[in-house]
Amino acid sequence: MRRLLFLVPLAVVVGLIGALGWPILEGRDPRALPSVLLDKPVPPFALPGLTPDVPGLESVELTGRPVLVNVFASWCAPCRQEIPLMVGLAAEGVPIYGIAYKDDPAATRRFLAQLGDPYRGVGVDRDGRVGIELGVYGVPETFVVDAAGRIRHRHVGLLTEDAARRTLLPLLEELAK
Amino acid sequence: MIRPAALAFALACLAATPIAPALAVQPDEVLADPMLEDRARSLSLGVRCLVCQNQSIDDSNADLARDLRRVVRERLVAGDSDQQVLDYLVARYGAFVLLEPPRTRSTWLLWYGPFALLGIGAVGIAFAAARRARRRDEPAPLSAEERSRLEALLSDDAAAAEQPSEGRQ
Repeated sequence: MRRLLFLVPLAVVVGLIGALGWPILEGRDPRALPSVLLDKPVPPFALPGLTPDVPGLESVELTGRPVLVNVFASWCAPCRQEIPLMVGLAAEGVPIYGIAYKDDPAATRRFLAQLGDPYRGVGVDRDGRVGIELGVYGVPETFVVDAAGRIRHRHVGLLTEDAARRTLLPLLEELAK
Repeated sequence: MIRPAALAFALACLAATPIAPALAVQPDEVLADPMLEDRARSLSLGVRCLVCQNQSIDDSNADLARDLRRVVRERLVAGDSDQQVLDYLVARYGAFVLLEPPRTRSTWLLWYGPFALLGIGAVGIAFAAARRARRRDEPAPLSAEERSRLEALLSDDAAAAEQPSEGRQ
């Protein structure tokens, strides 16, 4: 027993490597932060629309049924990449709302005309203040909001088909029950 | 309190100081009230820019850092205390937004873990040193073979004891 004592440091090191390396092997983005707003209501906001005659987005519109809220911008490359997935999800009946983060409404309109518009409603967050209220620190970010208007999940960065099918959609389904 | 002449001299010095090119804070962000601006600067130094992650918002040229600097100044102008400003940011971005993590139950390992490891190491070294010292003081007891050789040496004459065993020089 005593003679095996020298293996203890080795075991500690292996354990540490395992504990610290596991999240990386699992494919977790070490820069992704959990939202502190989880299970808290969406901060109240009322954003203007893409044109003066189009209604914008108010936080109360997000209540009533579980929805996705996608924070995007025409200047952001991953947003461009994830729009086809969003369009596909919208076609499947998933309600998605958009917040155009620090973007010129004309550029946003062109972006959506070119790539397709998956959103039931888009609010223009010109100065990014609603983004700050939501704790957004980069685009795209996608929130799952339940029927009571509480944030239940935040996805940071490009939403992949895999992440949508494995996490977001099952959560939406569960929240719809 | 400050004499006008001294103040004028200080201001002249300040005006003559070239603005460092690396300064992230833009002139249009600076508050008119120097006291508030001072507080804003020192608060900003402790707030993490979440885009660059290891820079303070005071240091960073990122867009979000500028927005957060604006928020800090707005809150200060609105009459918030330093702690209220930080609480406002933490409520939205979590404790990660502070460059110095708060001492809470979830961070005690982070704050005190290294000292605990140091302590464990010190205890280990102390034990090892004590054991080594004990070993040096009292030599290991003789084995049965050594004892019989010793007895042979003591009782018989030298020639009988010096019988070399096989393989020994």
